[in-house]
Amino acid sequence: MNVVTPFEGIGASVKRKEDLRFLSGRGQYTDDINRPGQTYAAILRSPHAHARIASIDTAAASAMPGVVAVFTGADMPDLGGIPCGWQIHNKDGSPMAEPMHPVLAVGKARFVGDAVAVVIGETRAQARDAAEAIAVEYEPLPAVATTEAALAPGAPLVHDGVAGNLCYDWHIGDRAVNEAAFTKAAKVVELELVNNRLVPNAMEPRAAIGDFDRTTDEYTLYTTSQNPHVIRLLMGAFVLHIPEHKLRVVAPDVGGGFGSKIFHYAEEAIVTWAAGKIGRPVKWTAERTESFITDAHGRDHVTKARLALDADGKFLALHVHTLANMGAYLSTFATSVPTYLYATLLAGVYTTPTVYAEVKAVFTNTVPVDAYRGAGRPEATFLLERLVDVAAAETGIDRLEIRRRNFIPNDAFPYQTPVALQYDSGDYTATLEQALKTADWAGFEARRAEAKARGRLRGIGISTYIEACGIAPSAVVGSLGARAGLYEVGTIRVHPTGSVTVLTGTHSHGQGHETTLAQLVTDRLGVPLAQVDIVHGDTAKIPFGMGTYGSRSLAVGGSAMVKAMDKIVAKARRIAAHLMEASVEDVEFDRGTFRVAGTDKTKSWGEIALTAYVPHNYPIEELEPGLDETAFYDPKNFTYPGGCHICEVEIEPETGITTVINFTAVDDVGRVINPMIVEGQVQGGVAQGIGQALLESCVYDGEGQLVSASFMDYQMPRANDLPPVSVATHTTLCTHNPLGVKGCGEVGAIGSPPAVINAVVDALKEYGVRHIEMPATAAKIWGIINASRPAMAAE
Amino acid sequence: MYDFEYHKPGSLADAVKLLSADPDARPISGGQTLLPALKHRLNKPTSVVDLSGIAELKGIKKEGNKLVIGALAKHFEVATSPEVKAAIPALAQMAGTIGDTQVRNRGTIGGSVANNDPAADYPSAVLGLNATIVTDKRRIAADDFFQGMFTTALEPGELLVAIEFPIPEKAGYAKMRNPASRYVMAGAFIAKTGGAVRVAINGAGPGVFRQTEMETALAANWSPDAVANIKQDADGLNSDIHGSAEYRAHLVTVMAKRAIAAAG
Ligand SMILES: Cc1cc2nc3c(=O)[nH]c(=O)nc-3n(C[C@H](O)[C@H](O)[C@H](O)COP(=O)(O)OP(=O)(O)OC[C@H]3O[C@@H](n4cnc5c(N)ncnc54)[C@H](O)[C@@H]3O)c2cc1C
Repeated sequence: MNVVTPFEGIGASVKRKEDLRFLSGRGQYTDDINRPGQTYAAILRSPHAHARIASIDTAAASAMPGVVAVFTGADMPDLGGIPCGWQIHNKDGSPMAEPMHPVLAVGKARFVGDAVAVVIGETRAQARDAAEAIAVEYEPLPAVATTEAALAPGAPLVHDGVAGNLCYDWHIGDRAVNEAAFTKAAKVVELELVNNRLVPNAMEPRAAIGDFDRTTDEYTLYTTSQNPHVIRLLMGAFVLHIPEHKLRVVAPDVGGGFGSKIFHYAEEAIVTWAAGKIGRPVKWTAERTESFITDAHGRDHVTKARLALDADGKFLALHVHTLANMGAYLSTFATSVPTYLYATLLAGVYTTPTVYAEVKAVFTNTVPVDAYRGAGRPEATFLLERLVDVAAAETGIDRLEIRRRNFIPNDAFPYQTPVALQYDSGDYTATLEQALKTADWAGFEARRAEAKARGRLRGIGISTYIEACGIAPSAVVGSLGARAGLYEVGTIRVHPTGSVTVLTGTHSHGQGHETTLAQLVTDRLGVPLAQVDIVHGDTAKIPFGMGTYGSRSLAVGGSAMVKAMDKIVAKARRIAAHLMEASVEDVEFDRGTFRVAGTDKTKSWGEIALTAYVPHNYPIEELEPGLDETAFYDPKNFTYPGGCHICEVEIEPETGITTVINFTAVDDVGRVINPMIVEGQVQGGVAQGIGQALLESCVYDGEGQLVSASFMDYQMPRANDLPPVSVATHTTLCTHNPLGVKGCGEVGAIGSPPAVINAVVDALKEYGVRHIEMPATAAKIWGIINASRPAMAAE
Repeated sequence: MYDFEYHKPGSLADAVKLLSADPDARPISGGQTLLPALKHRLNKPTSVVDLSGIAELKGIKKEGNKLVIGALAKHFEVATSPEVKAAIPALAQMAGTIGDTQVRNRGTIGGSVANNDPAADYPSAVLGLNATIVTDKRRIAADDFFQGMFTTALEPGELLVAIEFPIPEKAGYAKMRNPASRYVMAGAFIAKTGGAVRVAINGAGPGVFRQTEMETALAANWSPDAVANIKQDADGLNSDIHGSAEYRAHLVTVMAKRAIAAAG
């Protein structure tokens, strides 16, 4: 053993260790777990978007066959509300409105899908049958589904105590400076746009099992979560009042999250609490319809923006006004998404000297809205990259040229934006030029002409974007209202024979961490990949962790591992020095071999590991036995991946159908650990971005009913909706983490939607289209073409 | 799913007996429509009568100038049947575009036609080809069979046994799929049989219907140009989050042009 395996280290496209398990159906997901004596929970949900609950009669349900228990909100007087993890302050400094989010509705139901009662049954079917037998007397109230309706004077109140349905009215930037800059503008470009609401639709529906051991007073929750320690903290401390040492949270294999499985959901508290009440395990698994009406939705912004330019097309100032839909209750990170994850990105890759943004977050009678792949950054990018294209069209400056003129130059890093962030590195020109070449931008007009000859409208669109991820420095987010730290934890456990178990506080739910993180160990310690296992997702095994979101697992979690490996190597060198009778300073370590500098005296990794655990010849007075180290890593800054996406589309004017012909992504994700996994992450993100831009439409009607509540009406992107995606990277290293990595999980979903819409608008150029809202469906595009037909004919 | 009894009769007579004895019993063929409805608890039959073991409902054969397709013929069988491909290629092509591979290997023509989903494919072929529906009791002309959204001439307990398709000189089908469900947003099945032209439109309205203005135009001039300027009245067409009635009306003309082009 201890063979150096360079092809498995950093930069190697090794196959994913987890895929044998996933592809052969041997994954172990929450619903695959069954506990002895397990019961099943069925949740009765409000069919009304807004209703007073006059009474709930559970007598008939309780008498049904197989019913173990029926609970309503009235049975849970001691439970806390489901907490929000980020407190935003209003312009005047007062805290946001934070109404109680009861585990089961009390007094009022506030959205279609709000949990009203739960039946615990011997079987799933019996629980469901009984749930239907619960008689709830609702008094329906008028509902509001959109931010506009919720803010209208006299609108019905979602929460009686929240005036005007306003959660907060927040701003960032210096308004006076900003307004002054507009007075000097040669040109002001305005744009109003919507960032469409999305349903996350992870392949695996949410599920949870609560278990209680009365001999030890210990609770266990198995749940579909991206961050089990965070759930333990939120649910234990705030909702159920169970101390950490009596609460274990396990997030086993999880089939996709995209953000929707970050948050603490009522069902987790329900099954855990109910397991204690009835003394038996309780399982709940969402049906697909429940996923649509209870998984936190994404995006849902309505924005008005103004961009001031000088006579040369240099951006002078940006003013943004956004309404953000929070849904009926504040989900875990909901409040941070349209503020610190959005408005702080409004400088984009440009030198705009002043940015002012104000954001109103609004309660509505809809499913709570929270982070969804990209979270805030796609909203910022879509706004900016559409606005820049409109500015190009209205100033007559070429859309590449206007970007080049405004790019933050390479020598300006570290670059302080006017909206709090300091970018550490980037090369926007390089990613742009590489993408232009790959996409053959220069040859596009010939392709447009060729398409026209076939009766097709061809368009090309670009987006040059930046995002902030690798979240986040605890002190910074703490000063901005976060109620948690955002460091990460890694344990490197070297076993006596030299193999390694890594405990990480991040969580893999499709991203391939079991491979990527193992490659870090192989690269640093020289242990073959097969001898490195990554363990995640269990609070009983992992010291602590903040989980996976905001593309933080490698940048923050990987960095914690590096710190822990530093400790391992330092200790191992001391052991090696002892064995080789050399001084520690003279012992060099390089991927598995310890050497006394300048000699041929060496010790292998395995010998040192064994010595650490069999300390017969050991500096026992100075050094503890064992080789097992833990590190907490708190990042110094966010990381700033960026790049350029180019999309080419063809529209069939007769039907309005858009076909994405090809898509080019050149991203700077920092150092690339596994190029194959990066490519997969970017492709997946681009698929979701194309979905948002062209297909996915979450629609509520005026009564607050979710019209697109199934795959019959909600269009997920499918394989044949997607083009070949060319993925390449251009690396500038992150300057402040030990790996130089930035993150790749969200770039695809952040950079792509404006590239797609810019391409659609370009294709529709001859129809005078200035902007088209997402999703640009066939019906919508045909409507535009059809409406302008008489005008064109008249010309 | 609610509890129900399950029966699997071996003959048409037994199936009819079971169904006529219980007004709340429901036949099931491929289950691709009924099972999702049961799972969503939208349906509460006392018993489900599985038709899949009934030999009389099976088979595809050419009888003179007719193609007779048993109710249990799966979409996959129709799509790949040499008889169908030779006699009515447009029908085979249509069957090959219904749903996905799983659906085509379970779903049946009898189930689809009996169900008469306005967004389904087959009803337009049945109407466009002027087929005859054969039940356990009688023969029903296509024009009398489809009676609007999910409604047919079938009486409670009456079973669709086979469909007889006259073999056309020419036939073509084109559809635009609903972007989400991939059922039909607007489709046109157009056939010339014994010199007579029929244009059947599915997806666009609350039920499959004939576009007689197009039929007249095509009888005079069998070409896409003949229908290119015929505007379908949007009145009464479906309008939903996927498209307005005006859009669907427009698509009717586009699909009709394409169907004729496909028919050759
Ligand atoms: C994912 C998916 C996608 C689909 N996409 C399409 C599509 O693109 N186009 C399309 O046309 N369809 C589509 N379908 C529907 C599919 O074609 C169904 O198979 C078909 O509509 C019903 O046929 P079945 O044999 O499955 O009928 P079943 O579900 O078994 O029955 C349907 C109904 O007909 C009744 N019935 C069944 N057989 C008889 C009979 N012999 N006599 C009288 N009544 C009977 C049943 O009682 C029931 O009411 C899709 C289905 C799914 C699940």
